[in-house]
Amino acid sequence: MINPLRTPQDRRLPKIAGPCSLVIFGVTGDLARKKLMPAVYDLANRGLLPPGFSLVGFARRDWADQDFAAVVHDAVRENSRTEFREEVWRQLAEGFRFVPGDFNDDHAFDVLRQTVEDLDKERGTGGNHAFYLSIPPRFFADVIGQLKEHGLANPEEDSWRRVVVEKPFGSDMKTARELNEVISEVFPPESVFRIDHYLGKETVQNILAMRFANTLFEPIWNANFVDHVQITMAEDIGIGGRAGYYDGIGAARDVIQNHLIQLMALIAMEEPTSFDAKSLRIEKQKVLESVVLPRRLDLTTARGQYTEGWAGGVKVAGYKQEQDIPQTSRTETFAAITLNIESRRWAGVPFYIRTGKRLGRRVTEVAVVFKRAPHLPFHDTSTEQLTQNALVIRVQPDEGVTMRFGSKVPGTAMEIRDVSMDFAYGGSFTESSPEAYERLILDVLLGEPPLFPRHEEVELSWKILDPIVEYWANHGKPDTYAAGTWGPPSADRMLAREGRAWRRP
Amino acid sequence: MIELTDTTASAIAAEFVRARRRAGSPAMGMVMTLVFVVDEEDSEEAMHAARTASREHPARVMGVILGDGRGAARVDAQVGIGSGWTGESAMIRLRGEVTKHPESVVLPLLLPDSPVVVWWPTKAPDCPSEDPLGRLARRRITDAAAVPRNRAKAMLTQCNNYAPGNTDLAWTRITRWRALLAAALDQTPSKVTAASVTAERISPSADLLSAWLADRLRVEVQRSTSEGPGITRVVLETRNGPVSIVRKDGKLATLSVPGEPDRPVALKRRDLDELLAEELRHLDPDDVYADTVKKMVRLNTGGGSGRSRGARRSKKGTA
Repeated sequence: MINPLRTPQDRRLPKIAGPCSLVIFGVTGDLARKKLMPAVYDLANRGLLPPGFSLVGFARRDWADQDFAAVVHDAVRENSRTEFREEVWRQLAEGFRFVPGDFNDDHAFDVLRQTVEDLDKERGTGGNHAFYLSIPPRFFADVIGQLKEHGLANPEEDSWRRVVVEKPFGSDMKTARELNEVISEVFPPESVFRIDHYLGKETVQNILAMRFANTLFEPIWNANFVDHVQITMAEDIGIGGRAGYYDGIGAARDVIQNHLIQLMALIAMEEPTSFDAKSLRIEKQKVLESVVLPRRLDLTTARGQYTEGWAGGVKVAGYKQEQDIPQTSRTETFAAITLNIESRRWAGVPFYIRTGKRLGRRVTEVAVVFKRAPHLPFHDTSTEQLTQNALVIRVQPDEGVTMRFGSKVPGTAMEIRDVSMDFAYGGSFTESSPEAYERLILDVLLGEPPLFPRHEEVELSWKILDPIVEYWANHGKPDTYAAGTWGPPSADRMLAREGRAWRRP
Repeated sequence: MIELTDTTASAIAAEFVRARRRAGSPAMGMVMTLVFVVDEEDSEEAMHAARTASREHPARVMGVILGDGRGAARVDAQVGIGSGWTGESAMIRLRGEVTKHPESVVLPLLLPDSPVVVWWPTKAPDCPSEDPLGRLARRRITDAAAVPRNRAKAMLTQCNNYAPGNTDLAWTRITRWRALLAAALDQTPSKVTAASVTAERISPSADLLSAWLADRLRVEVQRSTSEGPGITRVVLETRNGPVSIVRKDGKLATLSVPGEPDRPVALKRRDLDELLAEELRHLDPDDVYADTVKKMVRLNTGGGSGRSRGARRSKKGTA
């Protein structure tokens, strides 16, 4: 039966998720406290969570429900985006449950099952439960096995069970497949939500709006006009306390495989037939399938490891001086690669992707750099300060779009220099624009998968990255760069060889 | 804030540009012009709400205060780009004959080629779309609950004079109610046979909610009176039993759905700036509001649907 109160014209009515609960494993972790709990509160505050929504924590702590509620309360107070309101808290608070236990503790999962069933009765969650695995991947098999064994993974009719996993989705093609086997054995593909929080960001979704809602950009969005594309994700911080995870993984596998290749796919893909999950996936997949690596990986990639230096006025340690990093470590903290896309649209347009820790500043951006005008009817000296036109999509921080073009220098006879036009919607928008996690959690509860990469995409990304990482493993060690700079000289040489240069973001 | 006395529209426009240059950033990322028309005593609150809402929708905000219509024509303005937000604002005070021609001051100050919204925070013209300022706008926002006089009839007047692009904050106030009711019916997909709305005696929002329910569900909607605040109870009778939302304190409501436990749900009465921000999110005519308004007019003229006649007639004064 169609709900008479809903019509497509009524765009004010938000989509509220149906009755459900969210079960978080690893609820004591940083992610849960800093992002997930505040996002749940913010969603409730915006009226997007169903009445009766319940939050179940699972961790190895000797907590009662109230202790858990207190932890959530603190996390929300500290980190939520929207203002704290007593009545919103009361709506949520009745639905907090905590299940103490280990991932291999059968009893704990029995209790979890009981808890979930009680929620269906007491809170009307209707058998709909999402399991958020905010835990290291090595525990996935345990938890998912337990969920299956204790009957938590199979929904009854008219209800759903979903599982949410965070990156890393494996550390190469092989492990990604293994991981997928573990998950897909228990959950069907449409119930698996892989969170890549970059895809939840407004600016990233705006890439699609910008490309496909305008006539201005699409005609020049191809090899006839685009010279090359630079995708940069720079962090000013070091690896902090993540040595255990980071060492042996490195920059390329940490972010290029997921965030940056996804960004590239959104920039390069053809127009989808519609904006549903399937059409988007088909187009993204096509782009990823047509990526080829340059023949000479030695000339078209670069990697580095930061050494002691001054970053932003602070003296910071080098990678090898960080806690728990072995002196022999060959893990790269900076990676730059070149990808080619073999399609009519992109043939001959290199996509340069780089990322690193302890770089000049924190920034993520995509720069589409255009060819120079084929003919300039000016004297050479008048255009000396003119470079190439560029369209830059800034993903974070300070979201927005910048366009760079030439303009006459006022007061001169005829001298042309670059000027930047800034679209600053982002700056003012962020204050009230939702966090990526809000959007993604809501989409999980609504069962809307457009923003979540499927396994095929994960596998294709590894297929792109694996040969590079393998090549690096067999050839020497990373170059070094001083902390607070923009990476090793080899990265600059890599572009200089092709007559180009990195933007300073 | 720069004070301009005995000024003109072009001087105000020049001051906007100067203020931007002084702040060192001549770039503009504004998406609309928001004009509000208000009395001196309500001007500060309205400006505050407009500026807060324009954090989400960067705008040139102009408050127009129509002063005493006697004496020589005079335009005074306070112009600023304020720190901490991206928009710019001007409070424009008109006196004398120019109060009859406020559009002549506002027109040159509209941002080029972008939507214009006019908002009457308190007193509104009976027919906003024919108002000289209203005519400039793509979206006209009134607030039937905030008019100083004749509150009981304000909503109906707006309904009678509806034109595409009109909207009323009384409608915005019930978005959360409507969302919850729709979500509740998502869960209990069964036919609704009757409905009731209980609220303060004079509540334009409750009247709109009743009309919306009557229009969408095609049932009679009983409108009853309570002490408030605002709307206190909505019940939908379904074949499976009643679906109800009860809110006694204007903050926390209880949702009851047949066969399921009662659940608390936050349903706070929202502040002006939140309402305004919601309005500014969609700038095209609101079709659902148009239907609701039409229904409301039919219910109150006694024509149209006979189904809701009894309940509505007796309450005619409150519509």
